[in-house]
Formats: sequence, C-alpha cells, structure tokens
Amino acid sequence: MGSVLRLMNVSKTFGEVAAIRNVNLEVGVNEIVGLLGDNGAGKSTLVKIMTGYHQPDPGGELYWKGEKIDRLSVARARELGIEVVYQERALADLQSLWRNIFMGREVCNRWGLLDLNKMKKETQTLMSTLMGFTSSAVTSDSVVGAFSGGERQGVAITRALYFQAELIILDEPTMGLSVSETKKCLEFVRGIKRAGKSAIFIDHNIFHVHPIADRIVVLDRGTVAGEFRKDELTLDQLIDSLSLVARTGSLEGANHAAR
Amino acid sequence: MQPDENGAAAMNSALEARPLSPTAKRSGLAKLLRNNSMQIAIVVVLLLIWAFFFWRSPRTFGAYDIYNSLMSTTPYFALMAIPLTLVIIAKEIDLSFPSIMAWGMAAYDVTFLLVRPFNPSLAVWLGFVACLLAGLLAGLLNGLIVVRLGIPSLVATIGTQFFWRGVVLVVTNGQGLGMTPVQTTFLYPALVGRLGGVIPMQFVWTIVFAVVTWFFLNRHKFGAHVYLTGDNTDSARLMGVDVERTKTLTFVIVGVAAAFAGFVVSEGVLFLWPTLGEGYLLNTLASVFLGGTSVFGGTGSVFGTFVAAYIIALINPGIVAAGWTSYWTQLIYGGIIVVSVSLQALLRRRLS
Repeated sequence: MGSVLRLMNVSKTFGEVAAIRNVNLEVGVNEIVGLLGDNGAGKSTLVKIMTGYHQPDPGGELYWKGEKIDRLSVARARELGIEVVYQERALADLQSLWRNIFMGREVCNRWGLLDLNKMKKETQTLMSTLMGFTSSAVTSDSVVGAFSGGERQGVAITRALYFQAELIILDEPTMGLSVSETKKCLEFVRGIKRAGKSAIFIDHNIFHVHPIADRIVVLDRGTVAGEFRKDELTLDQLIDSLSLVARTGSLEGANHAAR
Repeated sequence: MQPDENGAAAMNSALEARPLSPTAKRSGLAKLLRNNSMQIAIVVVLLLIWAFFFWRSPRTFGAYDIYNSLMSTTPYFALMAIPLTLVIIAKEIDLSFPSIMAWGMAAYDVTFLLVRPFNPSLAVWLGFVACLLAGLLAGLLNGLIVVRLGIPSLVATIGTQFFWRGVVLVVTNGQGLGMTPVQTTFLYPALVGRLGGVIPMQFVWTIVFAVVTWFFLNRHKFGAHVYLTGDNTDSARLMGVDVERTKTLTFVIVGVAAAFAGFVVSEGVLFLWPTLGEGYLLNTLASVFLGGTSVFGGTGSVFGTFVAAYIIALINPGIVAAGWTSYWTQLIYGGIIVVSVSLQALLRRRLS
C-alpha cells in the first residue's frame, strides 16, 4: 500500500516548549488512521503541521505521495488535496453558508472575479445531499452563526468532502455533538473510506475511534508512544494499553501483551 | 484541485428530485426588502433628517445652493470613509488618514518646488503622482506595523498619525503653498471642475470610489477575504486566506485614498495648509459606523457609508439653518458614533 502523507522526524517547539518531538507518521492510500492522545499530547500541533499552518522545526520532513514538500502552506496543502475539519470548525459566523463552504477556495476567474451563481448553486446542492439539511428555512445565503453544533460540523465536513480531498484530517469532530449528531459524523468518516480517500481521525474518545480506524496511533507528551493495526487488538486491550501509556508514557509492554 | 464533475452531476440530479422549497417561491420583492433592510433603513434615516431640516428651514433646503455645496464638500471625507469601510470590516481601524492627507500634499509640495523651474505643468503632474505614492507608502507602513509586528491598529495608527503630521511640519517648515498652478493643468477640471457645468467633479469621484469599492468588496475574491478576515481571522487563516496580505491591502487603499482626498481638498481651496486633514477624523469615522459597518468586523456596506456620509454632511448646515449654534455639531457627531456602535453591539448580542 502506497502512502499519501508521510512525516519523518517532525518536531515543533514554541519558544522553550516542545509541543511534539521526532514524530514519524504515515497515512496509506484509503486508510483511516485514528490518532489518540490526551489533552496536550500534541495532536492539534501535529494537525497544523500537516496542513501547512505551522512549519516543522528544521530537520523534519514531509512527503506527499512520496515527494518531498518544502515549506508547505495552507493554500498549497489544499491544492495537494489535504482538507481539515478543525476542532473549532473554522467557520465565519456572520457570513453566509456559501461563503463558508468556499472559504479560501472561492470560485473565481483569473482576474479574481467571483462566480457567485456557481458557488450559491453548488451550496444549495450540497445542502440537500451531503449536509442533509431538510429545513426549507435554510438557504445558501443563511448565516452559519445561527446553525446548531451538528449542523456546523456538517458544514465543516461537507466543505472538506466537496473539494474531493485525498486526505481529510478530522480534529475531534465529535466534540460538543449530541449522540445522534455524533453518529452522523462517524458515518461521514466511513463515507471517506468508501470513497477511496484517506483520513486521520483525531479524538479523545476511543469508542469513536476504534470502530472506524484501520490503524491507531497513540500520541503521548509530544511523541508517538506506539501504534497498532486495529485487527491486532480488541477494544479492551486498547483501553488497557492506553492506561499503560498514561502511566509510563510508552507502549512497549502493551505491544507485547497484545501479541 | 477541482470538484469531481461526476459527483457534482449526481448531486444535481438529487437536488432536482426535491420539490421547490417555500423560500424559492417567496416573492422577489419581499426577499429584496429583507436582504437589504440595513440599506433601506439608512436611506430612511437620511430622508427623515432631511425632512426635519426642510421643515425647520424651507428657504435653505428648498434651494439648489445647499445641494451644490453638499456635493462639493462631502466628498472631502466621503472619499476616505468609503475605503475606510474595508479596514473596519477587516476588524482593524485607521486613525492616521487625516495626517496622510497632509503627508501626501507635503510630497506634492517638495516635488512641485523641485520640478517647477524646469516645467511648471509637469511639476503639477509629478507632484500629483508623488502625492499618491506617498499615501501608498504611508498605508503600507500602517499595514506592516499592524500585520508584521502585531501592534493593535488603534495604537499603531495613532502613532503614525502623529508621525506623519510631524513629518509634514518639518518638510514644509510649517509653511503653506499656493495651489493656483494646478489650474493650468487638466487636473483642475478633472478633480474639482463641474461635470456638464453643473455637478461638482468631487461628487463624481465619490460615486466612482463607491462603485469600484462596492465591486471589489462584493464581487471580487479580495472583498470575500476582507469579510472572512474580519469575521474570524483564525478561521480564515486556517482555511488558507492570506489574512496578512488582505489587511495590509486595506490599509494601502485607505492611504492612497487619503492622499487623493488631500489633493482634492487643497485644490478646492487652492491652498495647501500644513494643518490639512484636521477635523476630518470624526466625521469620516461617524460615516462608517452610522452606515452600519460593524466595529467588531465581518459586516458592513459601502452603500451604507456613502449614504451616512451625506447624513453627517447634512447635520452641520442643517443645525445652522434651523437656527441653532454650530456648537451642537460635535455633540451630534459624537452621539451618532456612540449610538450606532451601541446598536451594533445590541444587534450582535441578539444574533448570538
């Protein structure tokens, strides 16, 4: 299986604080990688490096489909096909739905003139299909600030899917969602797999991650503490391993136990 | 990467299968009214204020003179209020533009005096270009200080306001300059002449500024980025909007517009005062806020600013014509800023 994105020896320090240290991570074609880790484990920093928002410290390398990428920017990452659904949803509350869907990727001609009709029409289509909005009160001109948490997450995920990303990174997508909204969100992630795309699914909640991930990577205090293929261990073993990581910061014993 | 055509086609057919929503059936007029309620409200306010002054002083407001005068003098600050709308939508502020008006003219002054011995007419044109370039430079400096150094624009532009005023006083040595040589060039009729012998060119330029700014704000990628930057800077940045460039560009546009306005004002009175720009801060800001542009960023309209500039402009002559002292003017300008900003805050709270 070829890899879509590969990180080698990536570190990131902010002033004196090392947010992540020497992380190696690979995402295969049509693979869902679950990234687990406690608060402050460095998950969000890692996401922001993979999306070009932060630059890794010198020495760290990023490869996209085997090709080395120097100085990845957010715009470049989106061109390559990396889309993110951020924890904070990355929406602009006072703007219309269509402006949010096309944020940073406006449809325009080479002079920069917007194609409003196309953007509104596409948004209208997405609403009834991917987003599953059934209320007729919502139009492509509706302001997203008035949407519920689940609807907002739907907008963020739809945006990622719409641009036909090769790799979709979901940063705690179920945070703040109701049970039924969470179910719908996990269904979105399964849809990514069915569509032949790859994803990195980040969450604290192993009950969300375990059923849909092909491989699980555990991040602890800025380093990769260990990784498993899902078929290597049961949910119970995973829970045991994670409590071991919490105590020792390593998965050495757990890997052994799983075998 | 472009969206997959097949995917889009499949989605289209899914859409067609659905019955039309009631929103689509709603009459076009009702929708138009609802979507433009802010714009309509501001026009109503203008008409009410006008009607009030007309009632108090039909002799003044029933004659053409007052409108001619409003069309000539309102542009002096409307020309800056319109581009300033962009800065405020992008959640920044610029308080330095009154000094940039004078700084642009200081650049004109120096260039004009240097070139005049060789070719007086060329001196005027080069001076005009130098004036606009000086405005561009000042706007760029504002942008860089705010964006690169991360200084809040309120503080940064108070600093540059004093700085450019100081530069002007040093460069001109506190002396004014006669602007009569401009009358020999085409610039004079083009900027402060009368279109068809009737409409002041200042007014025409204000319309041009408003239309061009509206166009870029609403139909161009730059404008989309201005809204997104002001609404949620972090989200915009995460989604790949070049927030830094967008903000810098808004400051640059205000810089150039301020220099242009400075030139128009000086030409209007045919003299360059080193104090040029003083007294423009309050009415310009009041126009933007009264026009419905949010001090919290993310929303605003060029049309609102344009109409509000005329409301502000009406107040001073209106007060005098109504028989009150002009001491009331500042009080009313200040009141307008406080009330319109408070209304925005209340509206915003209701939204969230």
